[in-house]
Amino acid sequence: MGGSLNANHLMFLGYGALWTIGLSLIGLIGGGIAGFIIALCRISPNRIVRLLSAGYVQLIQGTPLLVIMFLTYFGLPTLGVTVSPLTAAGASLTIYVGAYLGEIWRGSIESVPKPQWEAAEGLGLSRAQRMIKVILPQAMRIATPPTVGFMVQIIKNTSLASVVGFVELARSGQIINNSLFEPFLIYTIIAVIYFALCYPISRISRRLEMRSGPARLSLGTA
Amino acid sequence: MHKISNVASQSPVVSLRNVHKSFGPLKVLDGVSFEVDRGEVLVLIGRSGSGKSTALRCIDRFETIDSGEIVVGSHRVSDPKLDLRALRQDVGIVFQSYNLFPHLTIEENITLAPCSVKGISKSQAKEQARQVLAQVGLEDKLHQYPEQLSGGQQQRAAIARSLAMQPKVMLFDEVTSALDPELTGEVLKVIEALAADGMTMVMVTHEMGFARGIANRVVFMHRGKVHETGPAAILTSPATPELAQFVGTGL
Repeated sequence: MGGSLNANHLMFLGYGALWTIGLSLIGLIGGGIAGFIIALCRISPNRIVRLLSAGYVQLIQGTPLLVIMFLTYFGLPTLGVTVSPLTAAGASLTIYVGAYLGEIWRGSIESVPKPQWEAAEGLGLSRAQRMIKVILPQAMRIATPPTVGFMVQIIKNTSLASVVGFVELARSGQIINNSLFEPFLIYTIIAVIYFALCYPISRISRRLEMRSGPARLSLGTA
Repeated sequence: MHKISNVASQSPVVSLRNVHKSFGPLKVLDGVSFEVDRGEVLVLIGRSGSGKSTALRCIDRFETIDSGEIVVGSHRVSDPKLDLRALRQDVGIVFQSYNLFPHLTIEENITLAPCSVKGISKSQAKEQARQVLAQVGLEDKLHQYPEQLSGGQQQRAAIARSLAMQPKVMLFDEVTSALDPELTGEVLKVIEALAADGMTMVMVTHEMGFARGIANRVVFMHRGKVHETGPAAILTSPATPELAQFVGTGL
């Protein structure tokens, strides 16, 4: 034990950082699919579907991700379902991110002006056609800045997967610190890596937000 | 069989019979009845809140009615089992705020419904888009996006979009209210040309001069009722004091 920070440690941290990115992508893709379904359920003409999806969103938004992780990793085995740390972390993130993206996207769909629905309806388009050809393309443009912004939250939240023994960036830092006892140095490095991952995304999000007004025009001349 | 089709061609294209509608405690339509024959232009006028826009929107089932009967061609609009999409293929509607789809070019705006609702081929739809755009004088705007057009041009493109569905009736809901006088003129010219071509139309408008020129029948609505109705001449010699007051301030 002991010693000083060397290349092997940094390799280990790099490996952890890669898992952070990987877990973020799992959360984004899984949560994206779940979120899309939830957004559609939230605006469904069927009242029961609307209520169920709203209940899901309320429940998840009122539950810490940490607790969801505990439930899937430690709770499910008591019901006879054993899951690996990766599965538990991936599933928890999907459940969590799905609720938030679902709400962001529902808001985006609903902020497409109502007359757009009416115009599409007046032309005889079916509900699915109105959605796919008229509403979603416009909603996507509205949704992009907040969605990219939320990716920063996903990246930071993956650090919670360390509690179920998943070795991502934060956990790999802990492990190295356990042998080196240099908490200030090591956690500074960890913080810098997180920042390096998140900062470009926040910048992109901000730029998209600034552009979201005249974005239509820039698309028009493309 | 021959007799039935003969009767159908003589019956009105649009008919409202004793239509009632309330928004909560507010009675917007209080026993409204009128008919529009084939090739006829019916102009709905009245103060804001008189129910004229609601009456128009009921024809395309954007609002449901509480009682009464609305028939458009072969569609019983007031029937809960109505085939909505079939109705909307026969009825074109143009709104005050144009409502072109901003993410699509003018050509795509126009071809969208013919392709996805009527299932005609892309090339056929494009050919048709050129025709309807020529009809409204915008054939050079095919590949532009809506925000690159002026308000008047957008409204003409919206009319073209409706025409591409080859509707049997066109509804115009205050289509020039968002436009300045010059742009209003170019839109009204397009509507006049449609009327001359024999299109059956129902329009809500505040342009009294235009209404006088184009209307075969004027319906003056007041407090949810048809207060006075007749040929365009009633705008110059109204029978009721309410219409006299309305056109007096409108002219």
